[in-house]
Order: sequence, then structure tokens, then C-alpha cells
Amino acid sequence: MYNASDLRKNLKIQIDNEPYVITEFRFSKPGKGQSLYRCKLKNMITGVILDRTYRSGDTFEQAVLEERKMQYLYNQENEFCFMDVENYEQVFLSLEQVGDAKNYLTDNLEVDILLFEDSPIGITLPNFVDLAVTRADPWVKGDSVAGDTKPVTMETGYVLRVPPFVEEGGKLTIDTRTGEYVTRVKE
Amino acid sequence: MSPGSKNNPFPAKKMILAGRKQYLWLRARMIQAMRLFFIEHDYLEVETPQLIPAPAPEPHIHAISADNLFLHTSPELCMKRLLAAGYPKIFQIGKCFRHAERGNLHMPEFTMLEWYRTGIDYMALMEECEDMIRSVSRRLGADNKINYQGTEIDLKCPWERLSVSEAFDRFVSLTPETAIGKGIFDRVMVENIEPNLGMARPTILYDYPAPLAALARLKPENKRLAERFEIYFAGLELANGFSELTDAREQRARFERDRKQRSDLDKQVYPMPEKFLKALEKMPRAAGIALGVDRLAMIFADRSEIDDVVTFTPEEV
Repeated sequence: MYNASDLRKNLKIQIDNEPYVITEFRFSKPGKGQSLYRCKLKNMITGVILDRTYRSGDTFEQAVLEERKMQYLYNQENEFCFMDVENYEQVFLSLEQVGDAKNYLTDNLEVDILLFEDSPIGITLPNFVDLAVTRADPWVKGDSVAGDTKPVTMETGYVLRVPPFVEEGGKLTIDTRTGEYVTRVKE
Repeated sequence: MSPGSKNNPFPAKKMILAGRKQYLWLRARMIQAMRLFFIEHDYLEVETPQLIPAPAPEPHIHAISADNLFLHTSPELCMKRLLAAGYPKIFQIGKCFRHAERGNLHMPEFTMLEWYRTGIDYMALMEECEDMIRSVSRRLGADNKINYQGTEIDLKCPWERLSVSEAFDRFVSLTPETAIGKGIFDRVMVENIEPNLGMARPTILYDYPAPLAALARLKPENKRLAERFEIYFAGLELANGFSELTDAREQRARFERDRKQRSDLDKQVYPMPEKFLKALEKMPRAAGIALGVDRLAMIFADRSEIDDVVTFTPEEV
């Protein structure tokens, strides 16, 4: 149980049995008046944003969230299947829940799946993943629009810009936080 | 160890602290300018104890206890005892302490300027406050115009005078009395009124409903209002002043009311400030004001976070 004075940015609380994360927080105290805790809260399942002002004396249930190590298995009709590495239990995330992470999911990739009351609601990727290049056109020198980079397509279908020396069949390390090329993988 | 040294265990923090240098210089010059104003106006600088046995029983201001005493939340009670003892013009710049107040405008330990003067009321004090801030601004070279967070504020007199009831009428369709009755006065203030105050010039919001004045005198011609005011710069609350209540019996009754409210809110009930109440019997007519020094530094430094104008935040100590 949290009190209003525990509220702060990034705290996760439950409202109407759904988990919310505080995305903006402002403490206010007008004149000699009471403390007010003004929050922007994001529903961790639906993404809906709420504006709420709380007062001292208000209490909150902690959102009980759990992260579990899982392996990515497959994607069927935009249902992404993951398997718990400890108990082999399988869970599914929708395309919407997976979001941009789909660009980096390769078979057996180990990720953290966020669960709220045993239901999967989100995914955290490793900061860096290695992906194979499935298509790379030769670099056209003097292409001033592109600068000194060219587009390549990765095994997941993700398209990004990389230096001209990257060739088809090679592997690249990509930063999943920015989506950018880091280096070639030496094998 | 030099700031850039590789052995420095807290490089990021060092950077933040070093980055505040220009604001800390400005703050120091601002405090020197304040002091000069009061010295030139024949005020006596005083330092009252920070450790006190009985803080004023404000319902929503909570003292930090220390060694069976309390760190003062404001020097108000001791300074008024000085007024009663024959010190007619006094000021103090010092630390005050309030439990569980932390935000972009709040720190549990902060710096307050308070000054008190006998023989004047809140209207005269408003003017003196204008003079003081204009004088500080001049000494800082900011002249009569300051730019705070994109709002240009003209300090030339006179500042806007807006009564609390006019403000409610202008910005919300509610009376202050209805808002108090519904328990939403503070919320309406923060969300609907304060953001509109002090935009082109500072606003002095005045004449608060009587229930919102613990130590202010009620208007002789309208006992439902207290002679209390607050000063706003670009939505930022800077100071709170009033004509002082000098009726010791009335003061005791209000303290009893506030002590009961604290008890109803499950907050610690402080001992009755008996020595203050005794002194109040002899206190002459006076007015006094408390001004947040950190916040004025924020305004002159054009910073939106109190953290930027102090040496160390509570989290960094």
C-alpha cells in the first residue's frame, strides 16, 4: 500500500484493477493549503493516459508486476508466442503489445516478459541483438540523399541504414533502444 | 580532486553542481541586495532559534521533530514576540523546515525571508514588498523587466491587485466559500487560478476567506475576510503576507480550532505556543510577510526547478 507522499515518477500503482505507471508528477501546495499530488498516469495495458490529482490521505495499491525470462518461439497471425525458460509455459502477446520489438525477434531470443497478475502485458528486449542481413544492394557512390549509408533488410524484415561495406549474409549488432546499427559481427 | 579526475566517484553529480555556478552567484548577489534594502530602511536583522518547543498549529504544515523540540516551519512566532518586546522593524533570512514537502517548487529545508513592521497594515506592506523586489532587481541589473519561463514581467508599479473572490469569479464559476465547503479550494487554486496569475506584471491576490487565515487580522468592515495576501510571478507563488492578528483571545481560539483540525487529520498536535500568546497581548498593530528566497532566485535565474538554485538538493546531500 502506498500513501500519496510515496507517489513519484515511474511508480506503478493499480487503479480499478489495472496497472498504471506515473509518467509525470508534480507536487503542489498552494498558500498554506494542503499538499496536492498531480499525476499523469499511463495504463500499462491499454496505453490510455489519465490526469489525476491526489491528496494526503489517499492510498494506492501497488501494481504487482513480474518479469520473467522467456524465449521467443514464433509469430502466427500477429500473435507472438514466448516460452518461460523455467517452466516451459507458453504465453502470447499481440502485435500491438510487442510494438517495435518485432523488428528484433529471432527464434529462441531470450527476452523479459512483463506480467500483471499472470497475464503478459509487455516485453523488454536485450539492449543489443545480432541479426542477419537478408538483402543488401550495392552502394551507389555519390547518392547525396542517402549520404554515406545504404538501406539493408534484416532477417526480421526490419529495414535500416548501414555503412556501405555491409554485405548480404553478414550479421550486424543492432541497438534495440535506438534501432541503429552498432557493428558487424565477426564470425 | 579536480572535477575532471578519473578517480572522481560521482562525475555526473559533480557536473550538475558545477553547472549551477552562475545561479549560485546570482542567488548570493540577490540575498546581498535584499539585505541592503532592509538595512537602508532601518530594519534590524535578527536570528531567532530554529529549534522551538511549539510550532504554530497550521493544519497543513508539518514540523520536523528534533530532540524533543521542533525545527521551525517559519520564524513567525518568535519574530512577533520581538515586535511585542519593542522591536518595530525586523527582518530575518534563514532556513525553515517542513516535513514531506518535495517537488519542483518545494524542499523540506528551504530559505525564507520574513519581515515585520509595526504601525502598518497589509496594504502598506504590499507596497513595501514591491519596493523591495524592484530594488533587488535594480541591483541585479535586471531593471524593471524580467523574463521568467517565456513570460515577460514588468515590475513597474503598480502590481495587479486581485481579490480572491474576483479571481474565483474571473477564472472559475464558483465562489471561494463554495469551494471551501466542497473541500476543493486548494485544488481550484492550483489547477485553475494560480496558472493565470502574475503574467504581464506580478499579481497580488488578497482578502482570503476567514477560515484560511491562522494568524491574520479579519477585515474590520467584513469579518468573513482576512487581511491576507499572496504574491505571484508567472503562476509561481512567491510570498504570503498579512495584517497581524493582535487579539490574543481570538488567536487562542483559532489555534484551538487548528489543533482540533490537526487531530482530526491524524496529525501530531503540538503544544500550545503559550509564550507567544502571552506576548501577543502587548503586540502593537503590525504587518508581516514571508517570502521564499529560493523561489525569488528561481525567478531571477529563470529556472523552473528549485533544485537549480541550491547548492545541494536533499537527495544529493
